[in-house]
Amino acid sequence: MMLPEWLRVGRIAGFVFLLAMFLSSYAFAEGPQSTPSIFAPTSTPAIDIHHLSLFVLEITGAIFVVVASLLTYVIIRFRAGNAEDDREPAQIYGSNQVELAWTVIPVLIVVVLFLTTARVIFAIQDAPMPQAALDVTVIGHQFWWEYRYPKQGLVVANELHVPLSDAKQPTPTHLKLLSADADHSFWVPQLMGKIDLIPNHPNEMWINPLTSGLYVGQCAQFCGVQHANMLLRVYVDTPEQFAAWVNNQAKPGMQDPSVAEGRRVFETEACMNCHTVQGTAATGRFGPDLTHLMSRDTLASGEIPNTRDNLRQWIKSPDSFKPGALMPAMQLSDSQLDQVTTYLETLK
Amino acid sequence: MADRTLPIDGSLDLTPPREGESTWLETLHSWVITVDHKKLGLMYMMLAIFFLLVGGGEVLFIRIQLAVPNNHFISPQVFNRLFTMHGTTMVFLVGMPLVFAWANYMIPLQIGARDMAFPRLNAFSFWLTAFGALFLYFSFLGGAGLYGVGNAPDVTWWAYAPLTARAFSPGNATDYWALALLVTGFGTLGGAINIIATALSMRCKGMTLMRMPLFTWLLVVDSGLLLITITPLTAAQVMLMLDRYLGSHFFDTQAGGQAYLWMHFFWIFGHPEVYVLVFPAFAIASEVIPVFSRKAIFGYPAMVAASVGIAFVSLGVWAHHMFTVGMTSAGNAFFALSTMLVGIPTGIKIFNWVATMWGGKIRFATPMLFCTAFLFQFLTAGLTGIMLSVAPWNWQLHGSYFVIAHFHYILVGAIVFNVFAGIYYWFPKATGRMMNETLGKWHFWLFFIGFHVTFDTMHFLGFEGMPRWIYTYPADRGWDHLNLVVSIGGLIQGVAVLIFAYNLISSLLKGTIAGNDPWDAWTLEWSTASPPPAYNFATDPVVHSRRPLWDVKHPEDPDWKYE
Repeated sequence: MMLPEWLRVGRIAGFVFLLAMFLSSYAFAEGPQSTPSIFAPTSTPAIDIHHLSLFVLEITGAIFVVVASLLTYVIIRFRAGNAEDDREPAQIYGSNQVELAWTVIPVLIVVVLFLTTARVIFAIQDAPMPQAALDVTVIGHQFWWEYRYPKQGLVVANELHVPLSDAKQPTPTHLKLLSADADHSFWVPQLMGKIDLIPNHPNEMWINPLTSGLYVGQCAQFCGVQHANMLLRVYVDTPEQFAAWVNNQAKPGMQDPSVAEGRRVFETEACMNCHTVQGTAATGRFGPDLTHLMSRDTLASGEIPNTRDNLRQWIKSPDSFKPGALMPAMQLSDSQLDQVTTYLETLK
Repeated sequence: MADRTLPIDGSLDLTPPREGESTWLETLHSWVITVDHKKLGLMYMMLAIFFLLVGGGEVLFIRIQLAVPNNHFISPQVFNRLFTMHGTTMVFLVGMPLVFAWANYMIPLQIGARDMAFPRLNAFSFWLTAFGALFLYFSFLGGAGLYGVGNAPDVTWWAYAPLTARAFSPGNATDYWALALLVTGFGTLGGAINIIATALSMRCKGMTLMRMPLFTWLLVVDSGLLLITITPLTAAQVMLMLDRYLGSHFFDTQAGGQAYLWMHFFWIFGHPEVYVLVFPAFAIASEVIPVFSRKAIFGYPAMVAASVGIAFVSLGVWAHHMFTVGMTSAGNAFFALSTMLVGIPTGIKIFNWVATMWGGKIRFATPMLFCTAFLFQFLTAGLTGIMLSVAPWNWQLHGSYFVIAHFHYILVGAIVFNVFAGIYYWFPKATGRMMNETLGKWHFWLFFIGFHVTFDTMHFLGFEGMPRWIYTYPADRGWDHLNLVVSIGGLIQGVAVLIFAYNLISSLLKGTIAGNDPWDAWTLEWSTASPPPAYNFATDPVVHSRRPLWDVKHPEDPDWKYE
């Protein structure tokens, strides 16, 4: 049988399509290392959202199957044959009963979807916070994160530590979201959906993590040149780990006389205009607090591992990692770079 | 018995063609000074296709950069300018001119008029749009200003405050963005007024509002929507310029201004804008599907009501773009509901198109292939839209690649597909020659595959937590293979568009002669010559039903008996 011409083109095209599907299935087979998937939630609001999303997927999936099958049937069943039959088909202009039916059924679906949605909105947004909740203020900066723990008196940067919560005695974390400059958005998909950080418009969210571990995410509202590298790292610690972490962060900066040279460079070459090291003359506010820099796993808001080489290169030329970052290259000499890197390495 | 004074005979152009009588310069001059709705429509179309190629070219750089993690193909500065220009170009320099391309060319022909109501306003509107576009692209040269900073705008097409304040966006790039949209916005308002006036006052004898082709109906409703939505955008651009140069503080958060005031202004424009852009796609489907199914449109009054309903509801849903900005729970619930309501009239439209095909004799010529794919894709886009309206899930999906996939399903899967359908359908009318069907089928299948490889995959990137607007991503996120697939799909679409461009030019030069009515269609534009003469119809047509040419071709069973 001779295939109609559109089918022959379609067959070649079909091969391309299968090839592309094969490629994408290969992509799915590859095991990701730390994918912030919204379908792998480990904290309460994200888990609730996940359940809601499955319900919505079922409803929309069912609608898709019904309508797409109908459409496919129509395409196959009512294709014009090749016969030399040029009579027009029967003309049908409409039917009020049918119109009514496909108006009322969607209305009912919308009612169900809306009530389900509204219940989750109110449950998440209007949830009362227990006394045991940890308060953290998140301040978005171009292009890094500042975290303040008002009750503990801590100021840290880029790596957020929160305690693991217990289903029986929840210790959720309550985040107050502020911005120092442009709009940002705090998004760690496995813990909670995103909420924006907008200047002059304080927002809040809460998380109630039920599995310890490291969760990644990133700024989700375009905030300038380096928006892409404004990464988020949230460490959900066991209560013991968290207490130890708080204990360490509460200490003033290490004062090691053997690195006095580096500290002098830090305090005379403008570093301290932007950075704070608790217990020293450095009290700058524009950049991240460096009092416990070495307690962090990463530099440059999660972009690179915190190693000596990376740290030295970062100080030498922030643009080599993060073009457009607001930290200037201070044109330090090689020996000054070594000294200040050695000094920073003592800030544990 | 039908009145036989209908157009077919009386309206055919019998004057001999006058090609070759004017020099090249005279021809060019005649296009520049023209106030003819058909020439202006074609100029809008050429503007849109030109910028479609420009915007598509921009996104190829974006996809090469994102094909692999930690890529250094282009710098973040260039990347940010490219996606800002891609978005702005596609919405304002492709989508909007397309509205007026279709409306200008088709409406007078469909309602039996000789031109638009205000021909000179029409030309003025086109040139405002064209020079606004030029102005936006001039930012690549002039945007650096005296500061030596970035040249083209790099603030996303939302241009959220306070990133557009001079503190964060020095130089003139943001000014070019704001002023270019201000200028094209005035062009848009002129065009919208003209369309409404034309449809209300220029219809031929017998063409009541409820006999107007659905195509014309949709573009009239579209113009009403434009009049309402362009206004807040224009106001916001003026406020932004006041902030930047005259010391006002509407959006200046350092001085007590409100960033989310801009968001409200932008989205009260920006959401109905999506419907503004998609209405021409609905319009084309409402012409192509009946003709290629050989049946009258099912439920014409319901289709008109659904169009007006969509336009009305779309004005009350803007804050569903703002579920993550910290609205109250009641506010979030309200906008979730209003957004879901859009699904009802939209569903009615899909069902009516399917019912039109039901019982027909469907001919799958290239226009119908594009329209059929549109139905599947528009259905999917509607359902992902429902997912996004579920506010808590939106907190996850907002600003992710899922959203990019969703709106490209509308902007490409619905609008671009149907624009292609419309071009294949009306090209014979506008040029007198058919487009090549074999190339058309290659174009369709390659574009269809490329589209799905790219945009189906993007949904999964969104599920896996990839946000939009990022110029690079770490290798350990598990996004690398999916991104490669997305980029490959983009390339396939690029090849398909090149085939289309070749088809367009080669068919223009040596396509087979079309005749007046190659598709055996029913609306008035097919009753006159191809291409139509400057005056469209030699005698004023008189119609008795929604399908005047059906009545002429089937005097034994005319439509007017049933309406």
